[in-house]
Amino acid sequence: MPEHIVTSFDIDLKELSRRVVEMGGQAERLVADSVEALVKRDSELAQKVIVLDGPVDLLQREIEEKAILTIARRQPLAGDLREIVAAMRIANDLERIGDLAKNTAKRVLALTGEFHPQKLVRGVEHMSSLVQEQLKEVLDAYAGRDDARALDVWRRDGQVDVLYTSLFRELLTYMMEDPRNISLCTHLLFCAKNIERIGDHATNVAETVHYLATGQQLADERPKQDTSSLTSVPFPA
Amino acid sequence: MNFTSDTSIDIASAVNRATAPTAEPKLKVEGLNFYYGENHALKNIHFDIPEKRVTAMIGPSGCGKSTLLRIFNRMYQLYPGQRAEGKILFDGTDLLSKELDSTVVRSRIGMVFQKPTPFPMSIYDNIAFGVKLHEKLNKAQMDERVEWCLRKAAIWEETKDRLHTSALGMSGGQQQRLCIARTIAVRPEVILLDEPTSALDPISTSKIEDLIDELKQEFTIVIVTHNMQQAARCADITSFFYLGEMIEVGPSAEIFTNPREARTRDYITGRFG
Repeated sequence: MPEHIVTSFDIDLKELSRRVVEMGGQAERLVADSVEALVKRDSELAQKVIVLDGPVDLLQREIEEKAILTIARRQPLAGDLREIVAAMRIANDLERIGDLAKNTAKRVLALTGEFHPQKLVRGVEHMSSLVQEQLKEVLDAYAGRDDARALDVWRRDGQVDVLYTSLFRELLTYMMEDPRNISLCTHLLFCAKNIERIGDHATNVAETVHYLATGQQLADERPKQDTSSLTSVPFPA
Repeated sequence: MNFTSDTSIDIASAVNRATAPTAEPKLKVEGLNFYYGENHALKNIHFDIPEKRVTAMIGPSGCGKSTLLRIFNRMYQLYPGQRAEGKILFDGTDLLSKELDSTVVRSRIGMVFQKPTPFPMSIYDNIAFGVKLHEKLNKAQMDERVEWCLRKAAIWEETKDRLHTSALGMSGGQQQRLCIARTIAVRPEVILLDEPTSALDPISTSKIEDLIDELKQEFTIVIVTHNMQQAARCADITSFFYLGEMIEVGPSAEIFTNPREARTRDYITGRFG
């Protein structure tokens, strides 16, 4: 696409996009670290995640201010307008992703000293690796304005939901087996929910990238397969 | 799951339905070519202007948009060496045919120019002058007509106590609204606006945009503007002209968020080289 006649407009847009990519990198780091902290029961790393969520929030406010200022100054239209709207929306999703990672990290601190069988954590770890892959893919799709890649992410969210639902059943079962598991399993359940929500935000970003690239909104309901709200496990007789 | 285009909300088609042109366009341009002597200024234009909608024409200087506006008003016939080929159907009659009387055409298709052009006479007479050419009204009827169109043009409150003072003493924004009042005084069907706010301050501009919104209930409006935001705000339909060709036409919401043509996109986003 040719450059704007007003070169400072190009600079504004590039700067906005650069900050979103930077924020994406930071959010990715937080998610990876929070899961690692959970798996390794590393409270130091968990502390770090809690602290580093601050800069992500700051970046979100900066992006929003910059976007508002650019709208006020340039009255953007067409692709330029979509570019700015997309930056704002994606920054919001990334900010929420940061919060969810922070919440997971807080739970790691709460679990210190708790009974901690690895096999319970493994399911959460598996799901989170899928979500991290989704997040990475969608941020790459944004950087490359790649609609096809964004749609791939959008379609794959169903897999995360399926995993979450089965994890939900599994954790319920562990709780029934041994009441000592309840505290850990409840925290793990919230961690799993956080990670599943991060996947949902990645899908939101995918929708935004689709809008950015094509100017069309995705009309379909996203492929939801999280049926945990309808799931119950009967107590063994 | 398949992602064909029909899984996306087609904003354009939604808008299309909302601002759907009435079945029969008010003005139908068919294969129009226009020449300033040797200069081929408009090239094979096909363009429907829907009734009681605001249609905007945008494009860089010299693209032919004002030329087209002037053809609707038969302004070009005043100048030798200018000629138009093709058809412009106005409710089914060809505007370009010699049998139509220009004065009659101009009473049905009014025009407002970039710079306010009040006559050097009183506010009242500015309006009465055109009306007298077409209708025989008594004093009471004329008073009523003057009030009606000044109210329509949202300038009655400011002028009712000074109707018999010179129009030249008014501010630029007031003069422009007077010109709009004068145009609608003869009850035209179509109003052509050639950059009506480019010489006005933001408040007067807002008043005129508000007026355009009001007037489209009764009139078909065609506006030429260099202000993209104005077209986006006021117009239901926007067309983009470049080098004498009409590149793209569609609902404004579509043209300004997701234009189909690269040239339209480059122009409205300020990328024209």
